[in-house]
Amino acid sequence: MIYADNAATTKMSDAAAETMAALIRDCWGNPSSLYLHGQKAKEALEKAREDVAAVIGASPREIYFTSGGSESDNQAIVSAARLGKEKGKTHIISTAFEHHAVLHTLEKLKDEGFDITLLPVHENGIVRPDEVEAAITDSTCLVTVMFANNEIGTVQPIREIGAVCRKHGVLFHTDAVQAIAHIPVNVADDNIDMLSASAHKFHGPKGSGFLYVKKGIRLTNLIEGGAQERGKRAGTENVPGIAAMARALKDESAKIDENTARLVTLRNKLIDGLSQIEHSALNGDPEHRLPGNVNFCFEGIEGEALLLLLDSKGIAASSGSACTSGSLDPSHVLLAIGRPHDVAHGSLRLSIGPDLTDDEADYIIKSVSEVVDYLRSFSPVWRDLQSGKLSHLL
Amino acid sequence: MALYSEKVMDHFLHPRNVGIIEDADAVGEVGNAKCGDIMKMYLKIENDIITDVKFETFGCGSAIASSSMATELIKGKPVSEALELTNKAVAEALDGLPDYKMHCSVLAEEAIKSALENYNKGKEEA
Repeated sequence: MIYADNAATTKMSDAAAETMAALIRDCWGNPSSLYLHGQKAKEALEKAREDVAAVIGASPREIYFTSGGSESDNQAIVSAARLGKEKGKTHIISTAFEHHAVLHTLEKLKDEGFDITLLPVHENGIVRPDEVEAAITDSTCLVTVMFANNEIGTVQPIREIGAVCRKHGVLFHTDAVQAIAHIPVNVADDNIDMLSASAHKFHGPKGSGFLYVKKGIRLTNLIEGGAQERGKRAGTENVPGIAAMARALKDESAKIDENTARLVTLRNKLIDGLSQIEHSALNGDPEHRLPGNVNFCFEGIEGEALLLLLDSKGIAASSGSACTSGSLDPSHVLLAIGRPHDVAHGSLRLSIGPDLTDDEADYIIKSVSEVVDYLRSFSPVWRDLQSGKLSHLL
Repeated sequence: MALYSEKVMDHFLHPRNVGIIEDADAVGEVGNAKCGDIMKMYLKIENDIITDVKFETFGCGSAIASSSMATELIKGKPVSEALELTNKAVAEALDGLPDYKMHCSVLAEEAIKSALENYNKGKEEA
């Protein structure tokens, strides 16, 4: 199998898997227990916290371990909303193409009386810092903008947005699930107050993530119980998962430069190759995007059929088609960058890893071209586009 | 477990009766591109028997498989019998579809009904 769906999840690295296995076997004590066996687990937990903090330029006391990106997003936003409400500030700024962990949390807050502004992300899939600044009012308590988009891979001007938030004294959260360990992230340099991350997106295990919260910002608990995570996230810690996450984060972050050089070459090769398919278009900015992200729309076909045929050729990829999600609407991300419904159904996301070979990249280009041609050969939409009955949108 | 039954995958990967009939006696088209599904059926009818049928589909795997199966179920059948084809029969012949894909079989039923309605209308006018 050629795996081109690393934005969905990644294979655990050997080092992370071994770290996890060793702790499950030998270090299964409860970190809250006072005897040596428990304290050894506590030691592993705190070592992981130090490692994670060091990678992103935080201090260990600013790292809270969670079950993953969704929990981190929920807790960050709910906490900022609570702090805002205490001061009578009930306005939150975000963007139209956030992950649903953010969007659905904001919808819930809207029902509770918060005002939510979702900024446009424009055709290139990039939020504009001046538009963030223009949206800030006396009532704004939070700006939350993702570091890199999970579908089209566009990297946002986080440092500039963070600077705008600092200037106006507004809290700034970023969902960095797709960015961490793939591109450089430093909470101090990037003016970030809160940051969400998930281990399985950088070759760590599923079910582990963390939330960075700048010192002095009070968190609201989502889970009540024991005093774990400085009383802010109850439940016996997933020590093996957390230690494996820290290991993967350290290893992958050290390889960012090397991986980026390789990935950008492969990515641009794929973009050039797929651009040869007539009536296709790259989604998102060609430059300001994750090194491993390729996202295209092909006119006249539907994405799920494309994925199934690629699967039959041994290629695992993803699409923003409605049919892959069980809903009737295609990807909100593709709609947010202005793709019409008809075209958004025919999307393909390839999220590649550095171990992809040049031959495999060629095989992907060849396979996608063949499959698109085949599906168009009996698509009534394509026939109408060809005959001029419908006009081309791409 | 795969997403679809072997039958669905067979009809998706090797669809039967794909294409168009230039001098079709009846054509029906349902769905819309905005929702991600369009099915078009072409029928050749002689003495009220469907002697040939072809389809074109823009849609997901189960939409393509449902079209293919539906064409097989009505080919060589009298018009009256084809009018009785239900989406359930299409889905059953495919050894089932996931719940959220049942609308694909509905589309296949509707495409055939639409073609036959156009055919009957044409006959009345003639």
